Amino acid sequence: MTSTITVEHLWKVFGPKPERVVGTELADLPRAELRARTGCLAAVRDVSFAVEAGEVFVVMGLSGSGKSTLVRCLTRLIEPTSGEISIDGEAVRAMNARRLRDLRRHRVAMVFQHFGLLPHRSVLDNVAYGLEIQGLGRAERHRRAGEMLTLVGLDGHENQYPEQLSGGMQQRVGLARALAIDPAVLLFDEPFSALDPLIRRDMQTEVRRLHAEVGKTLVFITHDLAEALTLGDRIAVLRDGDVVQIGTPEDLVGAPADDYVADFVRDVPRSDVLTLRWIMRDPLDGETCEDQPLPATTVIRDAVPRILRAKLPVQVVDGDRPVGVVDADRLLPALISHHRQVPA
Amino acid sequence: MTATATPPTIQPDGRVVAVAGEGAAPWRRGLTRRRVLWVVLIAATVGAYLGFRTGGAADSDDAAAFRFFTDVRNWVDENRDTSPLFLYGFNYLRLGVRLLVDAVQAGLYGLGFAGLVAAAGAVALVLAGWRTALVAVGGFLAFGFLGLWAESVDTLVLTTSAVLLAVVIGVPIGVLAARVNWVSAILRPVLDVMQIMPTFAYLAPMTLLFLIGEPAAVIATLIYAVPATIRITELGIREVSPTTVEAATALGSTSRQLLTKVRLPMARPTIVLAVNQTIMMALSMVVITALIDAPGLGQNIIRALERVNVGAAFDAGLAIVIMAVVLDRITTGAARRRPAAPARHQRPTAANGVERVGAGRRDRWRAAGGRNRWAVAAGTLVVVVVLAVLPISEDLPHFSFAVPVNELTGWIELHWYDGTEWVKNVVSAGLLDPLEGVLTSTPWWLFVLVVAGFGTMASGVRAAVIAALAAAGIAGLGLWQHAMQTLATVLVTIVLTMAVGIVLGVWSARHDWFAAGLRPVLDAAQTMPSFVYLLPALALFGASRFTAIVAGFVYAFPPVVRLVDRGLRDVPAAVVEAAVSAGSTPRQLLWKVQLPMARGGLLLAANQGIVMVLAMVVLGGLVGAGALGYDVVAGFSQREDFGKGLAAGFAIVLLGILLDRLTQGFHHAKGPR
Amino acid sequence: MMRLRTVASAALILSLTACGGATSGAGESTPSAGAKGTVKLAVNPWVGYESDAAVVGYLLEKKLGYTVEKKELKEEISWQGFETGEVDAILENWGHADLKKTYIEQKKVAVEAGSTGNTGVIGWYVPQWMADQYPDITDYKNLNKYAGLFKTSESKGKGQLLGGDPSYVTNDVALINNLKLDYTVVFSGSEAAIIKAAQQAGAQKKPLLFYFYEPQWLFAQEKFARIKLPPYTAGCDADPKKVACDYPDYDLDKIVSKKFADANSTAYQLIKNFKWTNDDQNLVSDYLTNQGMSADQAAEKWVNEHEATWKPWIPAGS
Repeated sequence: MTSTITVEHLWKVFGPKPERVVGTELADLPRAELRARTGCLAAVRDVSFAVEAGEVFVVMGLSGSGKSTLVRCLTRLIEPTSGEISIDGEAVRAMNARRLRDLRRHRVAMVFQHFGLLPHRSVLDNVAYGLEIQGLGRAERHRRAGEMLTLVGLDGHENQYPEQLSGGMQQRVGLARALAIDPAVLLFDEPFSALDPLIRRDMQTEVRRLHAEVGKTLVFITHDLAEALTLGDRIAVLRDGDVVQIGTPEDLVGAPADDYVADFVRDVPRSDVLTLRWIMRDPLDGETCEDQPLPATTVIRDAVPRILRAKLPVQVVDGDRPVGVVDADRLLPALISHHRQVPA
Repeated sequence: MTATATPPTIQPDGRVVAVAGEGAAPWRRGLTRRRVLWVVLIAATVGAYLGFRTGGAADSDDAAAFRFFTDVRNWVDENRDTSPLFLYGFNYLRLGVRLLVDAVQAGLYGLGFAGLVAAAGAVALVLAGWRTALVAVGGFLAFGFLGLWAESVDTLVLTTSAVLLAVVIGVPIGVLAARVNWVSAILRPVLDVMQIMPTFAYLAPMTLLFLIGEPAAVIATLIYAVPATIRITELGIREVSPTTVEAATALGSTSRQLLTKVRLPMARPTIVLAVNQTIMMALSMVVITALIDAPGLGQNIIRALERVNVGAAFDAGLAIVIMAVVLDRITTGAARRRPAAPARHQRPTAANGVERVGAGRRDRWRAAGGRNRWAVAAGTLVVVVVLAVLPISEDLPHFSFAVPVNELTGWIELHWYDGTEWVKNVVSAGLLDPLEGVLTSTPWWLFVLVVAGFGTMASGVRAAVIAALAAAGIAGLGLWQHAMQTLATVLVTIVLTMAVGIVLGVWSARHDWFAAGLRPVLDAAQTMPSFVYLLPALALFGASRFTAIVAGFVYAFPPVVRLVDRGLRDVPAAVVEAAVSAGSTPRQLLWKVQLPMARGGLLLAANQGIVMVLAMVVLGGLVGAGALGYDVVAGFSQREDFGKGLAAGFAIVLLGILLDRLTQGFHHAKGPR
Repeated sequence: MMRLRTVASAALILSLTACGGATSGAGESTPSAGAKGTVKLAVNPWVGYESDAAVVGYLLEKKLGYTVEKKELKEEISWQGFETGEVDAILENWGHADLKKTYIEQKKVAVEAGSTGNTGVIGWYVPQWMADQYPDITDYKNLNKYAGLFKTSESKGKGQLLGGDPSYVTNDVALINNLKLDYTVVFSGSEAAIIKAAQQAGAQKKPLLFYFYEPQWLFAQEKFARIKLPPYTAGCDADPKKVACDYPDYDLDKIVSKKFADANSTAYQLIKNFKWTNDDQNLVSDYLTNQGMSADQAAEKWVNEHEATWKPWIPAGS
């Protein structure tokens, strides 16, 4: 299976004469020192990854880690300094203005943190904007935009104006606008960080539902670990422009690549993320187990009632093949582990 | 210059609510019904016009209003030395102003040539940094090189006096207006009148009350400039963050402490901006006061005008532009300068680190400047004193642009004439004549009704009533025909100004190099006294309404360009990014996103344009546009036309109020430039 | 250059407060009559006047030792200056019966100081080339025949008669009505506008019918032909609405402030004696406008070459 998006050795350096940084010894300097010496800021440093079709790929990092720059480089809203980007096998950096516009019009759509809605247009016309600039007729684009509003649950708000909607509803408009052009790839730039926590959860659910329904490739930028873990098939952790780790939520929580990531995931309730695979042990010789085995992909929390009620260890299977066993002794440390941050 | 600024209103609970948002929704919902109403209104107007149009009888020379004004004049003339109003009022005002002018004059002349140049540099250095100081020194030296030193200092004396008075009077009134809503409400129409009243129209009453000479000139300048001081100060105080005020109140500040420790310091940059605008306006008025015996560069310009010597006028005009640029750079520099201390504590965050890199260096420099500022000031003071004592004369080698400018204009006049004649004829026959024909043949009562009807639709009942009253007032002044002719010229000028202004503004917002190149042109067009470019315009377009249109255009397009540029640049980056990300072409971005979103800015530009074009109407009277402008000029020149001239001045004010109220509904929130 | 006044006006204000009320003359410098002091000449906005002022000013300064202050003022404003002491003399007055009545008869702040010797001529003119090309155009009876030539964007389909500065005396609108001419008056609004138009009419051969007057420096540069209107007879312009005759010739005169005259200084006497011809004035005007001389240079040149003319102006014993 080919990747929808591949990024190789991507650099973005802001500041005077940025091209002199990449590929020289300057590139190896820590961020602060580079800035002191050259006045340049390396926002994205030698980043490589691939996003598979239909995958939800999350880029996570604190503010200033370069994640928003990274996502903007994908469609060259920010021009990268060096490196390769290809979408559907086509090199983005080689595209001329027209080709790039086609990419943005038809294949890649973006949802923004601050919505970016046009205050002078009705909700319907906002959603239809992408279709309008493609040159689609009024009736047709309104029909499609109406469908999209239904899809995001905004029926009946067509003729309102963005300022009359709540933040959550405005972002649904942003979402509908992105979906309206039926893109293969959706880019989300911290779309929910400006929303209230409750609304944020609704919207995350919404994104998961839409992903299930329309099956797009999603690149999702966030600084919220919980959001990353909830949504991401795979997560890239960014720090000062460097990719620290790319992996599944389980990889991050279970096997953080370094202290930075470990520190990050310390508060995460491990039992919510890790599967039995992470706590099973090899069966003892001649050990007897419960009759019903549990699949290795079961999240620990979901297995808690079974294991605690069982008198014997429970067998863990991958398909039909037994891979290990779990019992209450293995379970309990995983359940309480996230309390470790309490000062000793 | 500022138009009427509608400040945000403050709710009883202390929240500040911008007026803009409210009422937006019903407006949009009722769209179709409104459309029907518009159509009905237009049809009714056309029907009524066809039914009732008149032959357009010429205005009489003897209306009740004219006689009234003449009677007032005669009374003043007779009682100037007997009425207590003069003995204890106006005459003292004149004396007081005379005293101030004398003091300022003694001060500036006392410094001598070298001393004044150094003083200008020192002030600029302390207030705005060394670059501005260089500009200031260079500018003041240029007065000497142009051979216009004494005239320039005279102009500076008058400007300084008027600005001092404007600040002393305007800032407290502005603060009061910001704090007490009814004061603001009462002031607003008064300031409107002061700003729209054509400068020529003030001059006649000025000489009536204060005779001729410097005091009358300073007072006329003050009247012209002080509205800017008051309005921008008021805005600055109102803009102070309510959160900060709340926090200070929570700490137990008295209202006096709130004012002196919170509101005034926080509004400081805006108040400095107010001073800046006051200076700019004062400078443009001081030139015109040469007509009532004020000394300075204005005298040179008027003398050059009499001899039809564009080049000589250009030299003096250039000196004015230089003075405006120097004063502008110093005051904007002072407004931008932040209090020195906090600069060091602002740690750049990584997100905006890029632009902070450069800013950080500046901050350090500023912080250092802050510590050393008083040392620098003391040092330069010594230099100034030494230079003031040294007998260095202003007798520099002279440079004059008179000859090349005359040759250039001569060439242009000779070679461009056919083209300009064609443009003039097309605009006059295609646009101006039909419009003037319709307006002048409309009976005044129908016009009042139409203003009321359309005004209600566009701007609400209140604005419409005021506009209709203004229209009726014009009819009452007995200058209906002339007012309608002037209105036609004004409307055509605004349309042309907006068309060109928007094109240039869009370019300027899109290309920084273009904006940078345009800026000095705009500065010059705004500060170069209009008398200077009147002659070439006359040569190209003849004595005609179109020449007045050209003059109005040159005067009004800079703020239009600036506001359009600002409006486009103020479109939130997030929205532009979203539109680009959706694959908009630059053209789509402009038409579908930037222009619609900059609508407020565009309408503010139109409103500003109207005020500025009206200011040039009188000047149009000097170049063949006739109508109200000519009436005002005639009233200033001929004793028997005094009443008519003053009435024409008021008619222009009423036209201004009418147009302002009609355009106001489109955009509620207005502010200074 | 602005004169530096002492800051004595402060004391003045205080003293005035004590005795109650300030009159309109308060605070202004006292008229300089008498001692060799300052003479304040109003300079009205046309170059002919400037020529008078240049020569009179030059003589006052160089021959009599006065300081001369010139004030660029419109006519009306100059008269106001008599009242405030800002103006000592107006050197070329065109009629202004109304102002004479107010300031000389009623307010008694000014007096007449005799003729300048110049004759003011007002009339309608066309550029010389038109008179050459259409010889009969200079008779008003034939003007309607040529109305088409004078059409402009401003003249509403009729011929255009370009009017002058609003300060000047005109009967143009009445003349056109009463002589049944197919013309409209377009008010140029300023002298500069009319001179510019006249210059172009000559230089670029453009038809122009305009209100103009002599003496005027432009005549030293360019030739213009005067249109013959029905001749002036005494009283034919009594009713401004029924005027159907040409403008009268004006005897241009001098007006001085009463205080200045009463002091009877040598300055006053020189101004009273000042009298020259239209040609004299046009010559100095030509120096000023076309030869780029300053007022002093022009006056010096003329004074050096015309001693016989100005010698008699200098009061005896000075």
